[in-house]
Order: sequence, then C-alpha cells, then structure tokens
Amino acid sequence: MAELNTDYTVKLGLLAEYATPGELMRAAEKFRDAGYRRWDVYTPFPVHGMDQAMGLGNSKVGWFTFLGGLTGYTSGMIMIWWMNAFDYPLAVGGKPLFSPIYSFPVAYECTILLGAFGSLFGMFIMNRLPKFYNPLFKMERFARSTDDTFFLFVESADPKFSDADTKKLLEGTGSKRIEEVRD
Amino acid sequence: MANQSTSLPASAVLPPPRELERVPLILNQRPLGWLSNAIAGIAEGKTPKWWWALFIPSVLLAGVMFSLIFYLMTTGVGVWGLQIPVAWAWDITNFVFWIGIGHAGTLISAILFLLRQKWRTSINRAAEAMTIFAVMCAGIYPLIHIGRIWLGWWLLPLPNANSVWPQFRSPLLWDVFAVSTYFTVSLLFWYMGLIPDLATMRDRAKTRIRKFAYGLFAMGWCGSNRHWRNYEKAYLLLAGLSTPLVLSVHSIVSFDFAVSQLPGWHTTIFPPYFVAGAIFSGFGMVLTLMLPLRTICKLEDVITVRHVELMCKVILGTGSIVGYAYGMEFFIAWYSGNPYERFVFINNRAADPFILSKVFGVKPAPYWWAYWSMISCNVISPQLFWFKWCRTKIWFVFIVTIFVNIGMWFERFVIIVTSLHRDYLTSSWAYFSPTWVDIWTFIGSFGLFMSLFLLFMRFLPVIALAEVKGVTPQADPHHPLGGAQAH
Repeated sequence: MAELNTDYTVKLGLLAEYATPGELMRAAEKFRDAGYRRWDVYTPFPVHGMDQAMGLGNSKVGWFTFLGGLTGYTSGMIMIWWMNAFDYPLAVGGKPLFSPIYSFPVAYECTILLGAFGSLFGMFIMNRLPKFYNPLFKMERFARSTDDTFFLFVESADPKFSDADTKKLLEGTGSKRIEEVRD
Repeated sequence: MANQSTSLPASAVLPPPRELERVPLILNQRPLGWLSNAIAGIAEGKTPKWWWALFIPSVLLAGVMFSLIFYLMTTGVGVWGLQIPVAWAWDITNFVFWIGIGHAGTLISAILFLLRQKWRTSINRAAEAMTIFAVMCAGIYPLIHIGRIWLGWWLLPLPNANSVWPQFRSPLLWDVFAVSTYFTVSLLFWYMGLIPDLATMRDRAKTRIRKFAYGLFAMGWCGSNRHWRNYEKAYLLLAGLSTPLVLSVHSIVSFDFAVSQLPGWHTTIFPPYFVAGAIFSGFGMVLTLMLPLRTICKLEDVITVRHVELMCKVILGTGSIVGYAYGMEFFIAWYSGNPYERFVFINNRAADPFILSKVFGVKPAPYWWAYWSMISCNVISPQLFWFKWCRTKIWFVFIVTIFVNIGMWFERFVIIVTSLHRDYLTSSWAYFSPTWVDIWTFIGSFGLFMSLFLLFMRFLPVIALAEVKGVTPQADPHHPLGGAQAH
C-alpha cells in the first residue's frame, strides 16, 4: 500500500558549504563557466573579486544616487527662489531677491541629503529588501553565513539544474557539506 | 559560533621579508568566529555591573539637563549669564564643541574609506555612533538658545500664520540645513553599515524578542553576494557624499561667524580652520572613548596600539593645522592694520598679565586665561605626539586627549565670547560669567551623550564586524589562510 505523502514542501535547490573564501571563489568560477544563472554565494563579508568570479556587472545603485542628488539640487534652488523671491519677496540688506550664490549652501546640502537617501533606498530596491522570509533561514547551518562560513546555493529552477550533474559539480568544488533546501 | 579555537596555525603563512613587515590590523591571527564572539558577545549576555555604574549617573545627568531646559523655557534665556553685548556664550560654544566632535566619525567612515585606510574598520562603528550622539547634543543648543523655543519650527521652510518664509540669505539658516542634513546622512550611513552586523546579531540571538528586534532592523539581510555588490556600491557612494558633507558642515558653522562683520569673526580663514579643529577635537573624543572601551571590552587585539598610534598622528597633523591657523589669524590681525582687529587679538585675547601686556604696553586682556588655556591644550599638547613613546603609552594618550577636548571647548569660547564682550563703544563692554544653569546644562549634555553611547555599547556591535573580518588575511581569497591554492 502506498504511503500517504505528507511532505508538501518543494525542492528549492542545493546548498553547499565551504570553510574559506578561496574555495568558494573557485566554486563560483566553475558555476559561472558552466553557465548557471540562478545561483548565489553567501559570505559574512564582501569578498573582493567575487563579482568577477560570479560574472556580475557593475551595480546600478549609482543611478538612484544621481537622481536623488539631481532632485535635491533642483528642488533646493526652486524652493529658495519661490520662497524668497516669488511667493513673498523679502528685501534684506539690499541683497538680490534671488541669487544662485547665496542659495548654494542650502541647495548643496539638499543635494547630499537626497543623494544619500537615493543610495540607501537604491540599495534596498536593487536587493529587493526588506525580505523577512527566506527559506534559507530555515537551514540550521545557514546561520553561520553571517559568522564564519561560506555558502553556495543553486536553485533547482535554474535551466541547467539537474539533480545528478549539479551535485557532481558541487562535489567537484571540494564542498565540505551539501544539503538539499526545501520549502 | 561553535569555533572553539582562538588562534590559527602560525605556520600557515610565510612571513614577509623583514623590511616589509607590518603590525597586522588584527593581532594573534584571530579566526573569523573568534571575532564574532568577541565583538557581538559584548552586546549579549547579562548586563555587567560596570555598565550600570556608568549608565545610572549618566541618565541622572541627562535628567539634570532636561530639567534645566524646562527651567529655561519657563523663565527665559536670562537664566544663563547672557547680557548685551554677550548674547551668545556657552550655548553656541557648546553647539560648536559638540558638532566639531561629531566630525571625526564621518572622517573615519567616509574619508578614510575613500583613502583605503583599512585600519578604520576597527574604529569606524563606534566613531559613527559618537558622531550621531554628539550631533544630537549639538542640535539641542541652537534650538534652546532662540528663547521662544515653541517658535523653533520657524527655522524650517514650513508655512506659518504670517505667510513669511525663512530668510535664505542668512548663514544661520544655512546652518539649520547643514546640521540637519549632517545628522540624517550620518544616521543613514551608520545604519547601512549596521545591516550586516544586525544580521549576525539576529543569527546569534537566543531569545525570540532579540531575534525579532535584530531581525526587523536587519531587513532580511542574508549575506548574498548579489546583495553585497549593491551594498558596497551604495557604501562607496555614501562615503563619497559624506566627504563633501563633512567638509561643508563645519564650513557652514564657521560662516555663522565669518559672514558677520564683527572683528575676530570676520575672517576668511575660518572654514578650513574650523574643519581642521573639528577633526582634531573629534579624534580627541574618539580616543577618549575608545581607550577605556578597548580595555573594558577586552578588544586589545582588534583596536591595537597601532590603531591608537595612527589616530595620534591624525591629532598631531590637525593640531598643527589649528596651531598654524591661530598664528595666521594673529598675523593677519596685525598685518591688516585694522585697529579693531588688532584690539580683539591683543587687548581682548592674548595680553596676559605677565609678559604680553608689558610688551605691548596694554592692560591685561579679561579673557587671557581662556586664550592661553586654548593655546597650551591645542597647540602644545598635540606636539608631544612627535615622539613614539607618547603615541604608544595608552594612559599618556588618554591624558593628552582630555587636554585636546578641553582646549577645543576653550577655542570656541574664545572665538565667541572674547569677540563679543567688548563692543565698539566702551559703554557697551561687559564681562561674561556663566551661571550655574549654564554650567549644569553643559555637564548634563555629557550625561546625555554618555547615556546614548552606553546604550549603543549594550545593544549593538561596537565594532563593524563584517568590515573587520574583511581586512583579516583569512578573508582574502588570494591568501593561503583564505583558501588560496599554491601555484
């Protein structure tokens, strides 16, 4: 008699563990060269050279910073002109009602303020954070990814993923431990 | 976490040739897990007794400050020793003092980051926290000095019943924008640096409440490299934005004085001189805080003598710039041929009763003691750091940093009060003396500062964990300890 299947989880992929960033980086190079797309590495600190090892390009956060800074500068200048020269012209000490010189310090600070917000929120948007639910957090050993251990995770949704081949590739990278992630 | 070893095998790396040998940033080749335990461990476990012994008096002092602010609000600025012509005294002195202290944090986190000074990683977190708390203390003073505090919102570009907008030609308004931007950006920078470490705290948390609280602020950080890529870019951009910011903030603070036409204030040297002084005082305060912290929290392997020495060198450099600025100010006062300018510098500040008053044939300056306290603390004491012994003896460095803190407070007092206390007519001359309210409001602000800093030490990692791990050899994939293969 067939047993009733009570496991409603689906297989998400394979999680491999490494002790050093060097091993992880060589593993990442292999996955990049094998043409995998849906995979990632997890490290307690940014590892230099990992972007190239994974074949990632330049980050796009700079555009958010640029837009933030541009908005800050223009809105600062327009605000000062509108407030002191247009909506309520305020004559002080014979100085011009509006001048880009006296407005510069405030517009400059607004540039930096909105540029900084652009950078932080740009980082969040590009990373799709906050994301409080992550199936990897259920893996007991994964908690050490913020401590001293290095992980590589391949999704089974990757077009190149196959149970046997991917596992073999991971074993070939010298991983200490390979686990299946289910959710 | 389970890593019990406290040291890596010593034979793993060949030492570099003798002439290239450098003291490592983390002593004793501590493994990554050791760093997590040593640093995150400070904010975990039972609250130690020394913490309460420091926290309770600090909170009480902060309470004194808020009570005195209430007294000020209900009575008026007359409770301070202010009178015309000295309408700014300890309030603005304390404001500039605190905001100056804040500058070291941003310098360490932003400028040293852009200059690739890896030693910054051991001190940047605590220095940034110090910045934020110092700016909070600073922000209180301009707000309460306006007298009618309930109208403080008129400083902001908000519509009010008179339909008048703030006057943007005034440097005082530039200051509102500079200081509030500085506070906000420092907070964002600090928070972003904290995200990976909050994730570490979350993953180490033993109780549900801690897991929830750290988890909430960690935003679900998981250390993914696709995330690190954007994170590092954002960090670089924030550092790039904070660098012009930190230079602009104290320049704008100096405009409060320099743009006015008062002798002693109206001088073009102020912006660079204020910025150098701010960094000088900020590093003084960083060391004052870090030296006890590294001992109490047993972090001598992470904040090493080399770190202390490097910070002493920054103090020496900026202290010399400050000394040069004092000399140049004095020279220009003489060279300008402006009698008012000369009067401020000689008759109001420098003429001590023993030598200079006799040399120049003038009466001793009323504030000669403040001027010479400033010179001895700010110009003479940092020069001791030319000697290696002075830079490496921890107790000695601590004493010098206390002098730096005192000297930089006096600098602002000298600039503000000695320039104001004698107006153009002798009928408008006065001698400013602080009242007990002045004194206790200032002492109370130290209570607020210390309370916030102690809370930070208790709940957050005092050292940027992820960044410190990143500068160890075992984090380098091209180093044998980092798993590099021999070729």
